[in-house]
Amino acid sequence: MSISAILFWVLSVAALFSALMVVTSRNPIHSVIWLIVTFFAISGHYILLNAQFLAVVNIIVYAGAIMVLFLFVIMLMNLNKESEPARHRWLQLAGGVSGGALLLVLVAALKDTELKSQQSLLLEGHTGLIKTLGQELFSTYVIPFELSSILFLSAMVGAVLIGKKD
Amino acid sequence: MPINYYLFLAIALFSIGVVGVLTRRNAIIIFMCIELMLNAVNLLLVAFSKMHYNQAAAAAIPIANPGIDGQLFVFFIMVVAAAEVSVGLAIIVMLYRNIHSVDINFLNRLKH
Repeated sequence: MSISAILFWVLSVAALFSALMVVTSRNPIHSVIWLIVTFFAISGHYILLNAQFLAVVNIIVYAGAIMVLFLFVIMLMNLNKESEPARHRWLQLAGGVSGGALLLVLVAALKDTELKSQQSLLLEGHTGLIKTLGQELFSTYVIPFELSSILFLSAMVGAVLIGKKD
Repeated sequence: MPINYYLFLAIALFSIGVVGVLTRRNAIIIFMCIELMLNAVNLLLVAFSKMHYNQAAAAAIPIANPGIDGQLFVFFIMVVAAAEVSVGLAIIVMLYRNIHSVDINFLNRLKH
């Protein structure tokens, strides 16, 4: 077993375990912390796939900006274990069964796919580097890139407008 | 790594996100589970991107950057997710200001 295969399994187990902890922890703060762990594990997967730009962006944008925003809102509302709404037992059971059914159907549908013999290249390739991605982003995808700036502007205006006290 | 390992990992992460959305009643946690589902899809897109790179390298297809579209797609998904989170959290803060709770079971005024 090569070192990258060992890393793949360790990161996969870490991602799945912390994702489960996000769903099961009672305290919302703990959920946020576990979600940050999940994002770091997924960033590790990106590094393993040599998608270095996406790994760094994932840490900066998700673990850095979005999760701080979540933590900020949770602390602003002073949510903790006591204020957590009581969970209905039947609702939990039904949700677990439906999620498990979705997992089962997707796995059963995709386990004999033609792609099974294909390999995902680890630790090689230059597509994930900032230089290649940047050149492609500012030549072929320049219009979607500029449109996303308009999206950000409207999101900022929307957030301020909604959050304003009237 | 075989592509179906990544496929099953992404499916498992996505299903955990679905279970979280269905079982939790805190609006913020539901929002976080949606982020988890987005990240599962992102991981799968990157894995497919590297699969295309591998295919093109094996078959010696002369494309400049095989599989780069998938990674740019992930970049745009992150952009849209960041915009979505800012607006969504603003909506949740406003809801909390009005009903003093983030329990989604209190948000049933449209039903009556």
